[in-house]
Amino acid sequence: MHKKMAFSFPDEVLEHVFSFIQSDKDRNAVSMVCKSWYEIERWCRRKVFVGNCYAVSPRMVIRRFPEFRSIELKGKPHFADFNLVPDGWGGYVFPWIAEMAGAYPWLEEIRLKRMVVTDESLELIAKSFKNFKVLVLSSCEGFSTDGLAAIAASCKNLKELDLRDCEVDDLSAHWLSHFPETYTSLVSLNISCLGSDEASFSALERLVRRCTNLKTLRLNRAVPLDKIANILRHAPQLVEFGTGTYTADVRPDVYSDLAGVFSSCKELKSLSGFWDVIPDYVPAIYPVCSKLTSLNLSYATIQSPDLIKLVSHCPNLQRLLVLDYIEDSGLEVLASSCKDLQELRVFPSDPFGAEPNVSLTEQGLVAVSLGCPKLQSVLYFCRRMSNEALVTIARSRPNFTRFRLCIIEPKTADYLTLEPLDVGFGAIVQYCKDLRRLSLSGLLTDRVFEYIGTYAKKLEMLSVAFAGDSDLGLHHVLSGCESLRKLEIRDCPFGDKALLANAAKLETMRSLWMSSCAVSFAACKLLGQKMPRLNVEVIDERGPPDSRPENCPVDKLYIYRSIAGPRFDMPPFVWTMDEDSGLRLS
Amino acid sequence: MENDLNLKATELRLGLPGSDEPERQMIPRPNKRTLSDIVSEGSRSTTEEDHQDTAPPAKLQIVGWPPVRSYRKNCLQGKKDEVEGGTGMYVKVSVDGAPYLRKIDLKVYRSYPQLLLALENMFKLTIGAYSEREGYNGSDYAPTYEDRDGDWMLVGDVPWEMFISSCKRLRIMKGSEARGLGCV
Repeated sequence: MHKKMAFSFPDEVLEHVFSFIQSDKDRNAVSMVCKSWYEIERWCRRKVFVGNCYAVSPRMVIRRFPEFRSIELKGKPHFADFNLVPDGWGGYVFPWIAEMAGAYPWLEEIRLKRMVVTDESLELIAKSFKNFKVLVLSSCEGFSTDGLAAIAASCKNLKELDLRDCEVDDLSAHWLSHFPETYTSLVSLNISCLGSDEASFSALERLVRRCTNLKTLRLNRAVPLDKIANILRHAPQLVEFGTGTYTADVRPDVYSDLAGVFSSCKELKSLSGFWDVIPDYVPAIYPVCSKLTSLNLSYATIQSPDLIKLVSHCPNLQRLLVLDYIEDSGLEVLASSCKDLQELRVFPSDPFGAEPNVSLTEQGLVAVSLGCPKLQSVLYFCRRMSNEALVTIARSRPNFTRFRLCIIEPKTADYLTLEPLDVGFGAIVQYCKDLRRLSLSGLLTDRVFEYIGTYAKKLEMLSVAFAGDSDLGLHHVLSGCESLRKLEIRDCPFGDKALLANAAKLETMRSLWMSSCAVSFAACKLLGQKMPRLNVEVIDERGPPDSRPENCPVDKLYIYRSIAGPRFDMPPFVWTMDEDSGLRLS
Repeated sequence: MENDLNLKATELRLGLPGSDEPERQMIPRPNKRTLSDIVSEGSRSTTEEDHQDTAPPAKLQIVGWPPVRSYRKNCLQGKKDEVEGGTGMYVKVSVDGAPYLRKIDLKVYRSYPQLLLALENMFKLTIGAYSEREGYNGSDYAPTYEDRDGDWMLVGDVPWEMFISSCKRLRIMKGSEARGLGCV
């Protein structure tokens, strides 16, 4: 035990200071200052974030942080969202719940993304954590409404139940009735992903009525329009609301009831839902539009004129999700009406159609970039693009932090010049110095990667598809992007050379995904052998990779750093290249 | 980094059919597919024969492209239950004893023999022949499905079109357990 320096603070003071430091990154930095700060910090960390559930084992987390109350875990790679990761790959949360059940009876919050959650896991949560408050499952699967019933029945202090974008086995809507009549603490409920047709409206209404602190309620499609008025009448304090299906026979009494009830919701800032919307019922929400900061119309299949009218009523909009029915004309109106806009997502209404079905082009994105000074995050699907437009966008909006452009047809060239879009994306990375996330599309050569490696110094996540000419492209990114954490690549001619030359870089990143590229099995084995702190996983549904010649490209490759060693829960179509895979070389 | 590396030996390009790029030399694979066999989502197991039977769709779909999540695609086609339309009819397939589920696109198949062959290839098991009287007697495994009413039926009992429109999910049972389902 070494003598403390005369001017150092007592532990309690440091702990108090650390309590103001919430961000995970900052906490990690604090813990690296010196050994005593590491010790103090680990005892008082209350929120743990694990970006890759396989990077560390539950036991290691529990050993280091003996008193956390909240955990966030992420499982499958992002491309799992687009069916590129076969079912059964992994990401099971049960081992984590099992370990925590014993060690942390006081655990309050669990947030999971892209993990497999079984009913057994949910039941264990319900049974083990007496003060459980928050369950957020984002893009998870593997559970049914039975598991939800267990949570509802046992978690007396539950405040938040959010099932955004999950795939739930809808056995019965009656799980809602498992919330006891004495239960009133619900603050946030998001069941928008549930599909069951037979919805338990009376249980839902009773629940909403008695939970007077409810601030967020996102309903599922099964809730019909005429039920919304009854629900909202008892929850005028709602700040965020998601409708169910927004269509019904046009009846003046239903309409005025609805409009009246929306008028009484003085706190409403965010709206979503609007499945099957018909224009006649849209004006019912006009009373709340002037206060709206967030509007999700990405399921609303109404046309441009109706969208324009709606958007013109929302001058304080900060976040808009919408289908491409809005068209360039609608985006021009958006640009002139919504000067506070920070985030825009435009989704394709006909992603598989060969021809454009709406008049939405690069012009819409240019208009919004020119007109909205606070715009920083964009996800935009369109069918044509030009370097000129991208340069204009980059110059006018250097404050972009997230820029995701999807030109629907792979390898589409600049429609004006027929050149690759290298220069356009080059301008984006050059002017937008704080860019953290970028998704590329269109016709792109190695040159765009040279720009990215040269300029994109703050870039943390890059998504690439059908781009590049050679390993040089991948090399530019791996050697140039200092802040890179996640790289996902599909259908690009990147192979062994760049990967092996930049092996050390991979340990500074969370993960690398490469599918339908040109990385050979031999290179995977070599990488696994040379880099013990990387898990090199080959995913190949054609059968064992060693049943083919070594120089054959692997189908899919997922590489991530880990201090937990290779995992043991792999399905038959995933092979891990570990240190002794080298012994099997013939 | 040298530009003159001969990367051809391991190069893999996926040009779309009809694109201007010259034909690439594909690395030989056991289940060799031509470029025109880029299939719609979920159906990784159809045989060469199936593709000759099927007229190619107007626009070939690449797996996972454009990057739109499936719940968005489903919603644009109409209500979640009615999964008709150009983007497939996905059902989950489970196999007794196997730890993982698969999803297949029923729209890719045109007949029971095609579907059963695909299932046999996908899960590396033998299903054998169906007979009206005895079901799959004598096989290691018997394919069953859950229909719209929630009943479990033996695959093959109803005409193909009826099966396609009513099948919600598939379960491949061990032969011994499936006896009770056979129609007599």
